[in-house]
Amino acid sequence: MSLTTEREHPARRSGIHSLWRFRAYLRPHRGVMVLMLVTALAGVGISLSIPLVTAALIDGPIADGEAWAIVPLGLLALALGVLEAGLIFLRRWFQANAVLGIETALRDDLYARLQELTMEFHTRWPSGQLLSRATVDLSAIRRFFGFGLLFLVINTVQLAVTIGLMIHLHLPLGILVAGFALPIIVLTRRFQREYSLISRRVQEEQGDLATAIEEGAVGIRVIKAFGRRRHVYDSFDDKARKLYGSSVDKVRLSARFWTFLEVIPNLGLVLVLLFGALAVGRGELTAGALVAFITLLLQLIWPVAALGFILAMAQEAMTAGDRLGEIFDSVPDIVGGDVELERPRGRLRFEGVGFRFPDSAEEVLHDVHLDVVPGETVAVVGATGSGKTALTALVPRLYDVTSGRVTIDGVDVRELTLANLRAIVATAFEEPTLFSMSARENLTLGSPDATDEEIRSAVEIAQAAFVYDLPWGLDTRIGEQGLSLSGGQRQRLALARAVLARPKILVLDDTLSALDVHTEALVEEALRRVLRDATGIVVAHRASTVLLADKVALLQDGTISHVGTHHELLRDVPVYRELLGQDAEDLDVEEVLQ
Amino acid sequence: MTSTDQQTQDGEWPEEPATHRRVGVDEATRRGEADSGSEADWREQHADWRGVAAEQTDEIPAKASLFLRRRSRRLLGELVRPFRRTIALLVLIVLAENAARLSIPYLVKVGIDNGIPPIVAGESAAYLFTVVGLVMVAALTQAATRWTFLLLAGRIGQSILLTLRRRVFNHFQRLSTQFHDRYTSGRTISRLTSDVDAIDELLESGFDGLVTAVLTLLGTGVLLLVLDVKLGLVAVGAFPFLWLITRWFRRGSAKAYRRTRETVAAVIVHFVESMNGMRAVQAFRREPRNQQIFERLDDDYRLANLRAFRLVGMFTPGVKLVGNITIAVVLVYGSYLAIEGEVTVGVLAAFLLYLRQFFEPMQEISQFYNTFQSAGAALEKLSGVLEEEPSVPEPASPTPLPVARGEVRLEGVAFGYVDGPPVLPGLELAVPAGQTVALVGATGAGKTTIAKLMSRFYDPTGGRVLLDGIDLRDLDEDTLRRAVVMVTQENYVFSGTIADNIRFGRPAASREEIAAAARAIGAHDFIAQLPDGYETEVSNTGGRLSAGQRQLVAFARAFLADPAVLILDEATSSLDVPSERLVQRALRTILADRTALIIAHRLSTVEIADRVLVLEHGRVLEDGPPQVLIARGDGRFADLHRAWLDSLA
Repeated sequence: MSLTTEREHPARRSGIHSLWRFRAYLRPHRGVMVLMLVTALAGVGISLSIPLVTAALIDGPIADGEAWAIVPLGLLALALGVLEAGLIFLRRWFQANAVLGIETALRDDLYARLQELTMEFHTRWPSGQLLSRATVDLSAIRRFFGFGLLFLVINTVQLAVTIGLMIHLHLPLGILVAGFALPIIVLTRRFQREYSLISRRVQEEQGDLATAIEEGAVGIRVIKAFGRRRHVYDSFDDKARKLYGSSVDKVRLSARFWTFLEVIPNLGLVLVLLFGALAVGRGELTAGALVAFITLLLQLIWPVAALGFILAMAQEAMTAGDRLGEIFDSVPDIVGGDVELERPRGRLRFEGVGFRFPDSAEEVLHDVHLDVVPGETVAVVGATGSGKTALTALVPRLYDVTSGRVTIDGVDVRELTLANLRAIVATAFEEPTLFSMSARENLTLGSPDATDEEIRSAVEIAQAAFVYDLPWGLDTRIGEQGLSLSGGQRQRLALARAVLARPKILVLDDTLSALDVHTEALVEEALRRVLRDATGIVVAHRASTVLLADKVALLQDGTISHVGTHHELLRDVPVYRELLGQDAEDLDVEEVLQ
Repeated sequence: MTSTDQQTQDGEWPEEPATHRRVGVDEATRRGEADSGSEADWREQHADWRGVAAEQTDEIPAKASLFLRRRSRRLLGELVRPFRRTIALLVLIVLAENAARLSIPYLVKVGIDNGIPPIVAGESAAYLFTVVGLVMVAALTQAATRWTFLLLAGRIGQSILLTLRRRVFNHFQRLSTQFHDRYTSGRTISRLTSDVDAIDELLESGFDGLVTAVLTLLGTGVLLLVLDVKLGLVAVGAFPFLWLITRWFRRGSAKAYRRTRETVAAVIVHFVESMNGMRAVQAFRREPRNQQIFERLDDDYRLANLRAFRLVGMFTPGVKLVGNITIAVVLVYGSYLAIEGEVTVGVLAAFLLYLRQFFEPMQEISQFYNTFQSAGAALEKLSGVLEEEPSVPEPASPTPLPVARGEVRLEGVAFGYVDGPPVLPGLELAVPAGQTVALVGATGAGKTTIAKLMSRFYDPTGGRVLLDGIDLRDLDEDTLRRAVVMVTQENYVFSGTIADNIRFGRPAASREEIAAAARAIGAHDFIAQLPDGYETEVSNTGGRLSAGQRQLVAFARAFLADPAVLILDEATSSLDVPSERLVQRALRTILADRTALIIAHRLSTVEIADRVLVLEHGRVLEDGPPQVLIARGDGRFADLHRAWLDSLA
């Protein structure tokens, strides 16, 4: 799995529409959003009014030398200060709830959608890509909804109000300050463009580097076996240096921009001080007003600088919105029908079935006809890459046929509800998937209500009694993050899981490949009983497994070329002889010696 | 950026706990392990805190924690050392920048106090012009120093990251497979991605923020006292309150922060697992239960975040409150002093300006704290990795071996894992150059161990392994790997084209040689059928390259490497029978003129050997050419062969 596979980029650029689609998630929090806006605006109002109080103090009591008049104004400043802190507290308190609520709801829905999407989708998308959407992209959206959006509004308001106030305080100086907005807007836009390019480049190079890291880690044994440490290091280093170069470019760009954003208000200050002082000298402006003016000007520094920040954040959120959209827009192409088989018998028919993977032109299967009556077991035999696994995946609709149909008791599997279909069919896969949970939960995946006796009997059939000897028996945590089990043990658990589901149709996709001959014989013996009551499809490599079946279907060039008993096929079909003939039935040295 | 331009009046940015942006897939690997039985045992056996031992646990005794901190600091010191001159320069620049920045309000004060009166009095404005000129100079100085600082600091930061990446990557590549078996690739990837990113974040924003914050706090404090002692004392009086709030926040956030990391890891584990196991999930109708579990974990994460957010949500207005009260007090007291004529209006104005700057960096500290914590944790893990010594070290003065003939000798070779019975009690074995030896024996007989010792994946715990009379431990890596190549069941395919993958065996090989190698082991046909033949990108085969096909590529790779000694450990297990036959036929020619060690399940593969060793519990029971062993009639191998013949009948 590569974490870095770049998805095809959508043709249209991400914009506000990328986020607009998620507006429904804001709806439950409308009240809070309004409250946030109100408190934030009130906060801006207060922080703007404190300098005005200062001005009043300087021009009033101080100028007049009236000490008693200080107190009410001082108390006003205090009250405003406390109120401001209170408003911030209030906003943050409610905002946290709303913003996290939005994020959590989005993530839950994303997960639900991913569970609906078919195997076709999941084989195409590495889980790392999905994960980065569920974490990184979602927090980008949360940040924007929580802070970016709010401050985009607030900063704009604050800028407008402050400049308005300045113009009110002194028209020429106010206009002078407003004039500085122009270069800022122009340069911010340019920065924005350059920055989004360079940060995308950095992101891509980080992805490449991550791939090199992943290969260095996963392929370590091969690298060591061939002594290719230097070769691998060079390729890693190449990518690391590229990333370094781009990162330094990024640093250079933002250094320039940040410095610029900082120097502009300071230049404004220089001019304001000059002309303001002259104005005070001419008596056009009071000293208090000048102080207030300068304080206001300094208060503009942040909103100006932050605009670049917020716009970058918005850009990020929109890209994230697009990336999430790719998943939300993927429509599950396998949806259940509405027929439920109350008492399935398990007659399975492939009627002229064809199949190809969605992104390839080549048919993996074509014109497959196969009829399996209830209680019968068919072995599917074919060379590597002949489409055996694809054939079995069509039954529980992990993939859908591209032509023809698969029926159970005469009903097209596409007409059955997915729950019903997948209760009728259970599959034990060649590569067993165990989850990080207790052995019990892993076993009862398809049958949550199974009793201890049922579990025991399934475990015995699969020769998986070793689970009872695990440190905490059935409650031992196993799977990827748990106690590690050998390939054979995992396969046996997966088999027990399939057996435990008591399916009418049991699919064994080369389930026994990792078992040693001895265990395999025991499992097969036990399986015979299970298969007597169920319809079975068995993918097999070894003759011993084939013997579980009543008949054998030979898969060749994408279609079933021969159906017959093992002996018939051995006798009549040279290809089959080559695949499974006696001369191929090799002795497993290890087993004999064990 | 400075403290002033980074936040709103209430310091908006800090509220984002830095966690969720950087936790990767592999955080998953890290968690969860801690509560499984085997890992707990493993931890017990490694009660020592050296190396990566501390990674598994959350509770670390105080003494160990001190050790870990010292180790992290040492690594940080090593990384920073090459830049100490530049850093000294940076310090000067930062000081200059802050001086320039702090001087502006002061100059404004001077301008108002001393520049205006002459103008009011109708005298010259020269004084004002001078002051304005100085403000201009200060502003430009600030801009220039700021720009230089951002550039230099950014470049140093990136250089440190590059060094760190190179060092850790290289170190991981040097560490022996024994280490990697235990450590798992997920954690390796996590170290090199999310942990390095954490340090990146600290270098990028954290240090700048902290340095600016501390300098601003101190500088402003001093300036305030200089401007006016009485007013200055009022402002400095806020210090203890700030300290208390910060302490409260630091303690609370450490806990809250850890909790968010734990909960997000749980979300990630569940997410990744269910995505990777989607086939089983859907086949067994697990979706509703999965959704239930996911929503519960997601909600835990939400609550943990909520707690962290609310802590910041109290910290920020708390600091704001202290700041605003101080401003109000200064305003009242300052006005009073102004009326008394003790301070000028200019001083008061400057004071109010400085006070703003004084409280703002406080907000940044909460941000810094989060970055610092995760970077600290990352540094601790990285320093642990770097402390691990390769258990198969390179020789200090390697013995040259220009052309290997391929004679292998094991002299009294013993091997055992730390906590188990010896796998090999003491093995004597001489393989002349060019001989093909098959190892036969039950599971646990020591076959794979011999293979790993001969290819120096492990070193023996006793005795020596010799290639052409030279101890493997005296050969440098390049010489050894040129002479000895091992192919196992594990067939890792790298990204890039099929040709690239085969070329991995010998990077200098031409296209013709690659195709020849593929042809020799029967991989050419399937490769030729791929959309772009040898130039097909492996990723574009969409994981549909079957295990058998990957194995064929691995064989071609080994064949191309053309080693004097070739070791095949179950290398044909994934092939279907016809392909295996093909490979066996090819092997007869390939192995004719080189030394080979074959471990195989199937007797037909063993048959191509010149010599068979039957092993049990690390000892050789039978040794001889297969025909001789069969002819002898009473040995294990003869039994085996007879059983095989019976099965053929």
